[in-house]
Amino acid sequence: MDIVEIQNEIVAEFSVLDDWFDVYEHLIELGRGLDALSPEHRTEDNAIPGCQSNVWLRMGMENGTLKLEADSDALITRGILSLLLRVMDGTRPEEIMDSELFFLDETGLSTNLSPSRSDGVKNIINTIMGFVRNHK
Amino acid sequence: MFDVERVREDFPILSSEVHGRPLVYFDNSATSQKPRCVIEAVTDLYTNHNSNIHRGVHELSGRCSAAYEDARSKVRGFINAPRDEEVIFTRGTTESINLVAQSFASAYLERGDEVIVTDMEHHSNIVPWQMACERSGASLRSMPFDDDGNLETHLLEEMLNPRTRMVAVSHVSNVLGTVNPVKDIASLAHEHDVPLLVDAAQSAPHMKVDVQDIDCDFLAFSGHKVHAETGIGVLYGKSEWLEDMPPYQGGGGMVGIVKMGGTTYAEPPLKFEAGTPNYVGAVSLSAALDYIASLGMENVAKHEAVLTEHMLESLAGFEGLTLYGNAPLRCPVFSFNLDGIHHYDAGQILDKMGIAVRTGTHCAEPLMDHYGITGNVRASLAMYNTVEEIDILAEGLRKVQGLFA
Repeated sequence: MDIVEIQNEIVAEFSVLDDWFDVYEHLIELGRGLDALSPEHRTEDNAIPGCQSNVWLRMGMENGTLKLEADSDALITRGILSLLLRVMDGTRPEEIMDSELFFLDETGLSTNLSPSRSDGVKNIINTIMGFVRNHK
Repeated sequence: MFDVERVREDFPILSSEVHGRPLVYFDNSATSQKPRCVIEAVTDLYTNHNSNIHRGVHELSGRCSAAYEDARSKVRGFINAPRDEEVIFTRGTTESINLVAQSFASAYLERGDEVIVTDMEHHSNIVPWQMACERSGASLRSMPFDDDGNLETHLLEEMLNPRTRMVAVSHVSNVLGTVNPVKDIASLAHEHDVPLLVDAAQSAPHMKVDVQDIDCDFLAFSGHKVHAETGIGVLYGKSEWLEDMPPYQGGGGMVGIVKMGGTTYAEPPLKFEAGTPNYVGAVSLSAALDYIASLGMENVAKHEAVLTEHMLESLAGFEGLTLYGNAPLRCPVFSFNLDGIHHYDAGQILDKMGIAVRTGTHCAEPLMDHYGITGNVRASLAMYNTVEEIDILAEGLRKVQGLFA
């Protein structure tokens, strides 16, 4: 699946959720499923500033694609991170650069998230995009 | 007789809905809501009287100047300061403390001197002193507190020494709600000829604050936490200090005679109020203090004591909840964590239920370090909150637990 198809899949997945309660339940479930980052990678260097919970991103390149790992101490944040990973991990930098990241808006997640959390998500995305730009 | 339902009617925002649910506003330590009379006072000023204050030759300026000085007198009464001249208007508690830290430090703080704060301070009563110490070569010491949230004041005696220049303590903790024994601290500090600054940001909305009874040298509080506008605050200072301390900022309004060769300064309080002051904010504060007076602070405190008791009962029996702070004397500020649930996750879900709490460190990281936590959920109440709202919070917390179970 390419980056657009993955995002469409996520949008479809969220479209069947009835209310915010179900949305959060789903995010929590996704958060639980996210692989934890080992403690040695939960460093200050990997930390994303501006988030109300701790967020760590570990980025690298593997066979010409982005290798992305992420973690947070908050479960809902982990859920959002797992979605970002689904979209971006293993994707070529060019594909990320050339595509629009629309799933946050189309799932309603960007309006559902509190302003501080959506600012935090913006910081996360900006950090990833910065890395991707340097590695295309 | 304090009728909370009637009080609620005075606050237009309290009848609003958030996410389709009636708003439960439990974020009062961050900022309080405004009664209609405060909103109307501001509208009236802009509609009918607005003009820059002092030195104005015309009618409107005269009216606004009078209103500004009248607000000063009202604040004097509110904190029982001996003289109007001892009341300085600032942007808020933070600026008040910065004013003292900078002005006091430049006059009296030298290399090797010491300033004492506490581990439970808000950053605004830590960082200005760190900056002052950094500039002067003084060092900052901090009084610890026990797990129940009581300051270990018995340690103060040995912390005070001939190099101590200032003790700066919060009246009420913005996280634990503890009411600190500032009167005892003042008398102990004074035995060593050390002045005391009291951060009253969290006490002023809840209890009678009397600077003469406390016998503090400085006291700071914010208008927006006592139901006035944002951007207006107060610094009380004893005349003996204010007269001796150098100005904090330079500009119009704070001068005597200005010549290129040198300038003389106005007497306090104007010496510390450079530039156009927030006279609209001062008028809103005046209206807010009138409003509180009309209810009676002792009635407010009585109502809040009922809320506190109900909240403590409700949280005490709550399985899987850790409440931080258990001081015998407290204001209605409660912070806690649900076992295994990140405070930010909990706050996010409560928000969806219309319950406004704050999560995180509450600008008190040393306090969080004491408990070894990265943050918590804080429910801070005000005069217009109800027992029913506390039950809604408890119900909300159970839902949060269910969601994360």
